[in-house]
Amino acid sequence: MTTVDRNDVEAGVGLPEDADQWTAKIRGFLMRNLPPGRLIPDRQPSYMASWIYIFGALTMGALAMVILSGGLLSLEGPTWWHTSTVGLFVNSLHLWSVELFFFFMVVHLWGKFFMAAWRGNRALTWMTGVITFMASIGAGLTGYLSQTNFDSQWISTQAKDGINAVGIGAFFNVLNFGQMLMWHIMILPLAVVAITILHVLLVRTRGIVPPIELEPADPATAATGGEG
Amino acid sequence: MARTRTYNPDRDVNPWTGPYRSYDLAKEIVVTFLAVAVIAVVLAVVFGSPDEKSVTLKSWSTADQVDFAATAITELDGSSATAQYGPPYNDVADVSQKIGPISVESALGVHIPVNPPQDFVLGPLSTVTGNPQLTKALATYRAASPAQQQRWTAAYETAVKKATVSDGKLVVPPGAYGPVAVLIGNLTQLATSGGLDASLINHAGFYSTDYTKSLLFVADGGYFSSLGDAHHLSGEQWGMMNETGSYPGQPWLWLYTVWYQVPPFNGDNTFGANADAYVWILMMILTAGFLLVPFIPGVRSIPRWSRVYKIIWRDHYRAQR
Repeated sequence: MTTVDRNDVEAGVGLPEDADQWTAKIRGFLMRNLPPGRLIPDRQPSYMASWIYIFGALTMGALAMVILSGGLLSLEGPTWWHTSTVGLFVNSLHLWSVELFFFFMVVHLWGKFFMAAWRGNRALTWMTGVITFMASIGAGLTGYLSQTNFDSQWISTQAKDGINAVGIGAFFNVLNFGQMLMWHIMILPLAVVAITILHVLLVRTRGIVPPIELEPADPATAATGGEG
Repeated sequence: MARTRTYNPDRDVNPWTGPYRSYDLAKEIVVTFLAVAVIAVVLAVVFGSPDEKSVTLKSWSTADQVDFAATAITELDGSSATAQYGPPYNDVADVSQKIGPISVESALGVHIPVNPPQDFVLGPLSTVTGNPQLTKALATYRAASPAQQQRWTAAYETAVKKATVSDGKLVVPPGAYGPVAVLIGNLTQLATSGGLDASLINHAGFYSTDYTKSLLFVADGGYFSSLGDAHHLSGEQWGMMNETGSYPGQPWLWLYTVWYQVPPFNGDNTFGANADAYVWILMMILTAGFLLVPFIPGVRSIPRWSRVYKIIWRDHYRAQR
């Protein structure tokens, strides 16, 4: 058995005999792709100088508010807010956090579109953003279906026809309050948060996309992607 | 041998070799969260949120007994929207929406069984005890031939449109309805007492969270749709993306609801008759396109053609010059 120094262990200096370990391989992958300076950067390329960049952070701020207000709503159950002034305020906070979340996300999305932010091996970053948007739409719809009021009744009875028409309604019954509530407070928030984390890690791994340049700076090194 | 490819400005980047500036990520996250929290609190305090009470079978039958009875008879005779819906609720042939010759809805069959005559009318009435007239009416109706049942219900369906309410009770002009008048009259009373609401919940034991049957029954009535119209929520009013009151609702659904407002999906043609299926397929295609923008020639060039990026990175391009 090879003995190793404690500092080397904590610094993640792997021994050749451990190279086949799953743990060692995962750590190696993370250290290569997400070194501390990339994961938590304190410097960014000088071209990152526009108000449009703030909308990604605003979207995540709104998502945090959505989760926080939704968590408060769930403390007392799904019908609490109908009979409590505090509950009505928390519901209002949840509603407006959701509206802000979508507003910021759509501006972020258009900003990234006009920056062609998929360039330089960043297509997966774009795609995870789109999937987050779609999962958020599902979370928003199931939220409206879980309100236990007239809006829930109306939206569910309207939504059923489209969902039934393509067969999804046979398994995803928008008229079943219990099923919709579980999707709204468990499955879809988990999906949105998990894909958002992946999206952010991809942004940190690849770096923010450089400006559009019509010609390669150096024909020999062009088409490699990456921040620098 | 390393594979090389031609530089494409819509796909590739020049590796950044320029300067880096100070950037406090943690501070940005905290400040933006606090800013969003303040905005959300202000909006919540100033505008609140809508909370229109739900419609129950009791509130519907109390507010409009005639509409309730007129809907109930269509549930009994199997002519209501729910009874004629087909899969996933019941086995009605050739009513499901299709894309060309294909109907996914039909192919999957009945997954959420709903039998309106039994589930909405005869079943709940069977639970009523101590009412010999009703018990006899149920037995008579069940023993009659389908043709006889149809004659009774057809006559009642015509007459109930001229019904009135007297002393809180439904009064239908006399006619040859057999036991049907007793059935619908008792169902209306059961509804106004609140008993029908409890009967229609899907029970899997003591607890329940499934209101499928109640919602389908309520949605079949004219009362419910008139409330939807009054709250500007109908399909031609951009439907489910709205919510009651002057609130934004779900504006992110605009691209889904817009198709229902325009030809050919709002027309009297095969697209209009199968609008839900066509709009959903269209949205699936558009979503796939949205997801795959980075790989679609032409679409991925729009940012370069639009030159909006020149504004976003104006400082960078100015510095380059």
